[in-house]
Amino acid sequence: MSSLDKETVRRIAYLSRINVSEEGLSELAGDLTRILDFVEELQEVDVEGCEPLTSVADLTLPLRKDEVTDGNIQQKVLSNAPMTDAGCFVVPKVVE
Amino acid sequence: MTDLTKLTLAEARDGLAKGDYTSVELTEAHLKSMDAHRNLNAYITETPEKAMEMAKASDAKRAKGSAGKMEGLPIAVKDLFCTEGVQTTAASHILEGFKPEYESTVTSNLFGNGAVMLGKANLDEFAMGSSNTSSYYGNVVNPWKDKSGKDLVPGGSSGGSAAAVAANMALAATGTDTGGSIRQPASYCGIVGLKPTYGRCSRWGIVAFASSLDQAGPMTKTVRDAAIMLGSMAGHDAKDSTSAPIAVPDFEAALTDDIRGMKIGIPKEYRVDGMPEEISKLWDDGVAMLRDAGAEVVDVTLPHTKYALGTYYIVAPAEASSNLARYDGLRYGQRVMDEGDSLDDMYMKSRAAGFGKEVQRRIMIGTYVLSAGYYDAYYNKALKVRRRIYQDFEGAFGQVDAILTPTAPSAAFAIGENEGDPVKMYLNDVFTVPASLAGLPGLSVPTGLSAEGLPLGLQLIGKPFDEETVLRVGGVLEGAANFTAKPAGQEG
Repeated sequence: MSSLDKETVRRIAYLSRINVSEEGLSELAGDLTRILDFVEELQEVDVEGCEPLTSVADLTLPLRKDEVTDGNIQQKVLSNAPMTDAGCFVVPKVVE
Repeated sequence: MTDLTKLTLAEARDGLAKGDYTSVELTEAHLKSMDAHRNLNAYITETPEKAMEMAKASDAKRAKGSAGKMEGLPIAVKDLFCTEGVQTTAASHILEGFKPEYESTVTSNLFGNGAVMLGKANLDEFAMGSSNTSSYYGNVVNPWKDKSGKDLVPGGSSGGSAAAVAANMALAATGTDTGGSIRQPASYCGIVGLKPTYGRCSRWGIVAFASSLDQAGPMTKTVRDAAIMLGSMAGHDAKDSTSAPIAVPDFEAALTDDIRGMKIGIPKEYRVDGMPEEISKLWDDGVAMLRDAGAEVVDVTLPHTKYALGTYYIVAPAEASSNLARYDGLRYGQRVMDEGDSLDDMYMKSRAAGFGKEVQRRIMIGTYVLSAGYYDAYYNKALKVRRRIYQDFEGAFGQVDAILTPTAPSAAFAIGENEGDPVKMYLNDVFTVPASLAGLPGLSVPTGLSAEGLPLGLQLIGKPFDEETVLRVGGVLEGAANFTAKPAGQEG
């Protein structure tokens, strides 16, 4: 039905920012196609006039005063970072 | 002296109050049991030093005349709850070594009420699984054995929590449930598991999988224990905007054993094709028990049941793909990067090395169903079907007070079974997923044994925020079933 080819999987893998080997792409194409076939049966449900249900929580999001309630915890924020320098996260060079 | 690890949470609470033993003694007994059962791999991180510190502090607090609801009671915490200063992995390589600088609201509530943490329980990676075979830290082994004696799965994703309670390595444990992750392992391990209403417990500080479905709950030896522990875990939390701003009732007081005149719904759609005879019989027996206790049994219909799994396997991966975007190899967690790599290279290598197979599959399915051109056909469609499922339950609860179903379509299976085909594994959640999609409370109670001598559970589903009825009916079911079987070595 909705069979995914290797190129589509390559694109999804990139959108997901996950490196996948050439062999991995073929295996994933099979797995993901199997999952999509499985969910295909939803297409037969009549949802005419039905609003999407994004959350079962029966509430409107609460508002609070716009004020600072947290902060000054630089060390805590950085404590699990793989690489830091001068109180900042370090990333690979992005601007030449 | 009695074996302190065989006590229920309620018995241990009462024994501590009477001064029969101390929290230090209770905690030591459980730490010893953890040593003896390390082969089950139920814990990713054991915290014996922290446990002894907490137990001593609890005994001191009690000596001064104050005791919380969970005072001095040693428990396991699923390694999905952030615990301050204690490694929190979500059973993933990508979070190996991660030590949160904060405490989740649920564990904070439990510790505030005096609970003692024994360690962090194993689970499926990011709580994605039904067998606890996707953990980076190894499979959990079910303390129960079938007649062949081979190693069985404990269910998942809260498999370590369930195994720890079943093997008396903790008086109780926290679990989380997105599509059945508390109820199905409870059924497989012969214990009680309660997924509360969505919003009953704060999700703050729990590693997120699918935010519109995730809910924390207790995994315990008895229904009473579940009532006690939920009372400590639950409550409104300003840090979780979906946490319900309503009061927490006295759940234990709901256990009146009186269900006379209550209406219990039996949904015909759950009698699926090919349902094993023993599951069918378990269900019929449960119906008879409730009828004997004075409840009225009513047939109800939940017509969209067969679409629940398909809906779930679009909605949950979609939410997971956005939630797990945060693992970027930058702010926390594993980073894989070589000389000259770009930012994208770093993301892609870190995530490829850090996530296991099932997690990668779900992120990609989620990414696909949310991508341009497919959003309406898959994601939006699934959300509409989700409303149909929700409406089914609304209709049924117009007629009945609770719904009784089996918890899972089988008993625990062997480690390695159902692998290789992701969809086959998903089918384990067929009876638990619908209540998750509708946000309803669901309780699994062990009520019988399979032909292989393995525990089987029945599920009670309730109205939103009516855990009390679910617990009350569950208590009656527990009493009538009188399920006293224990895994080998835990009898008596």
